[in-house]
Amino acid sequence: MLTAGKRHRTRVVVLAIAAFAVLMHFIALAVVGNFASIEPDTDRGTLVVITGCALLAWSLMMSQAMEQVTRAFYARSDLDLILSSPMASRRVFAVRIGAIAASTVMMAVLLAAPFINVLTWRGGARWLAAYGVVAAIGAVAAAMSVALTVALFRAIGPKRTRLAAQIVAAIVGATFVIGLQVAAILSYGTLSYFSFLKSEALVAYVPALQSFVWWPAHAVLGDLHALAAVVSMGALLLGAAIAVFSTRFGEHAMAAAGISDAGALQNPRQGFRRLSPRSTLRQKEWTLLARDPWLASQTLMQLLYLLPPGLMLWRAFGANSSDVVLLVPVLVMAAGQLAGGLAWLAISGEDAPDLVATAPVPASFIIRAKSEAVIGSVAVVFAPFVAAMALVSLRDAVMAAAGIVVSAVSATLIQLWFRTQARRKHFRRRQTSSRIATFAEAFSSIAWAATAGLAAAGHWQTAFTAITAVGILIGARAVSPKGP
Amino acid sequence: MHHPVPVAALDVRGLRKQFDRPAVDGLDLTVRRGEFYGLLGPNGAGKTTTLRMVAGLLKPDAGSISVFGIDALTDPVEAKRITAWVSDEPMIYDKLTPYEYLEFVSGLWSIDAGEAEQRANDLIGWLGLAPHAHERCEGFSKGMRQKVALAGALVHDPMLIILDEPLTGLDAGSARQVKNVLRERVAAGGTVIMTTHILEVAERMADRIGVIAGGRLIAQGTLDELRIKAGKGDSSLEDTFLTLVAEQVQAA
Repeated sequence: MLTAGKRHRTRVVVLAIAAFAVLMHFIALAVVGNFASIEPDTDRGTLVVITGCALLAWSLMMSQAMEQVTRAFYARSDLDLILSSPMASRRVFAVRIGAIAASTVMMAVLLAAPFINVLTWRGGARWLAAYGVVAAIGAVAAAMSVALTVALFRAIGPKRTRLAAQIVAAIVGATFVIGLQVAAILSYGTLSYFSFLKSEALVAYVPALQSFVWWPAHAVLGDLHALAAVVSMGALLLGAAIAVFSTRFGEHAMAAAGISDAGALQNPRQGFRRLSPRSTLRQKEWTLLARDPWLASQTLMQLLYLLPPGLMLWRAFGANSSDVVLLVPVLVMAAGQLAGGLAWLAISGEDAPDLVATAPVPASFIIRAKSEAVIGSVAVVFAPFVAAMALVSLRDAVMAAAGIVVSAVSATLIQLWFRTQARRKHFRRRQTSSRIATFAEAFSSIAWAATAGLAAAGHWQTAFTAITAVGILIGARAVSPKGP
Repeated sequence: MHHPVPVAALDVRGLRKQFDRPAVDGLDLTVRRGEFYGLLGPNGAGKTTTLRMVAGLLKPDAGSISVFGIDALTDPVEAKRITAWVSDEPMIYDKLTPYEYLEFVSGLWSIDAGEAEQRANDLIGWLGLAPHAHERCEGFSKGMRQKVALAGALVHDPMLIILDEPLTGLDAGSARQVKNVLRERVAAGGTVIMTTHILEVAERMADRIGVIAGGRLIAQGTLDELRIKAGKGDSSLEDTFLTLVAEQVQAA
């Protein structure tokens, strides 16, 4: 019977993966189906778009690989065993760098596969060369991430590198997308980076068709010479990174393991403050949030993504542009995501649950104070954007503010319903501890973003998206774990 | 002449809690005011579950809990106001300093800021935390973290202090500081209930000792009373404890 249950679960998982793969292929068909006929001897405009996409993939892979390298340096799980074993640590770390490259490439290949498969089906086997390009880009990203992290180690030391590498990884991942959006807004006033990549102004400045800059793009289009060059370059860089850095990798891992954990000194304050229990709880949450370096890097990334909308607002100011309405869903979506992360930290990531639970205040009072801390933090981040929006369009600002509040409250409620007991340092695990909560939070943010955007644009369909959002919340509540 | 009946610091009647099996099974326990009560028992006997129910961290399936005459099940907020809980795993905030942690606890218990600050400074001094008072707790050893947690439990001047294995993992110096502070609290009229596996500590510090096995209180009294019950004469607490538990296992 037990085996039967396991078999049933396996069948369900396989069917779910198959359904997801089919869905991704349909999406890929809609996105790239019409581009399958592009020939290798195409124009520079097309090469710019393909190269831009490759750079985008590289920046995301680089970000992912940097996170993995940092984790390999600082995770002490098997370090003692490796360093005390009779095996040459150089070899072990060479394998570890190779594993980082392999997992980076695997993830990229999985994401790119539906698009490449569709292009191959519609345009012929030459498109399979794109798999080689993805693998080469992954290898380059892994090699560069190792080099960059080691350089950070040497420049600022092991203690500061952990935080710096996390911030750099976040910025590298976001910079290319954001940079293109900023360029697109400055040139054309839209959030789409494709509009900038396709622009004549950019194409006029790029190198000639024969330049090596286009090798990856030519390789994607099936040029085997270019493919050989790109794959060789990727393999060469990864091999060099393994040869040069595997010895130092071990040294740096040991240095990271030996750093002092001494806590930072805080400036002593004169006297205890006279605060109510609710203010005390809120103040504690804000202090912990402000002193959390990983959270700081995540918030910084959220703020980086808000840079293009901010720029768009600035350009629209005075021009009475109707483009401002585009910002409403962007802000609402970002608010939901930020609130979800903060709510997890405040509600599930309580490091002293016994202390708070034995305090002479009702449990509902504690939850309310923590929720207020989350909503307050979201308000501080988004208030300047709403205020700036109000200067351009009061109606859009009201819609955005309402959407931000509803989206943030929804994300907080979902985190409350699916709360678990965890340490703050396990923040990364929040997305795997309850996949239902993760999806509910994401879909609720998307649905409220669509609702606010459609409402701001004056579309009647907003009623449907609002009902969908409420439905998501009701569904999440229904399947959430109930207390004993 | 009429003498008022003294209210016990803790009065537990018919307490039950079931998980996969009964963890606490109709427990009756009375702890007097101003006494140091040691609660002993083998692993899984129900000590921690009992104390977590008293502290308001677990809801009992049946029974009653009275803390200084306050019904802890119908009026948990008032019971919590005069109770402190310290677990074996010190739960503090890595990003706060001991000083900030004590300020946070004082705020939660609505203690006057001036009074709380005075107590916090005293506790920081008594527990040897002064050199680290303004350092974030993230790099603290287990012993230092336990001392910060203990200071947090005492800063609101509780009438009943419940400690679950507070000396686990502490070095000799830290353990002595903790024991001294607890002794001073009892001398000042406070009531302490402590579970421990270090029988020597219970022998030296406790006014009375309770032995739990299988979710029930199987023996209670001073060390001499327990020896008589176990029929062990001048034997150590360890021998007495093992005899009592073995008798219970045989009876079950």
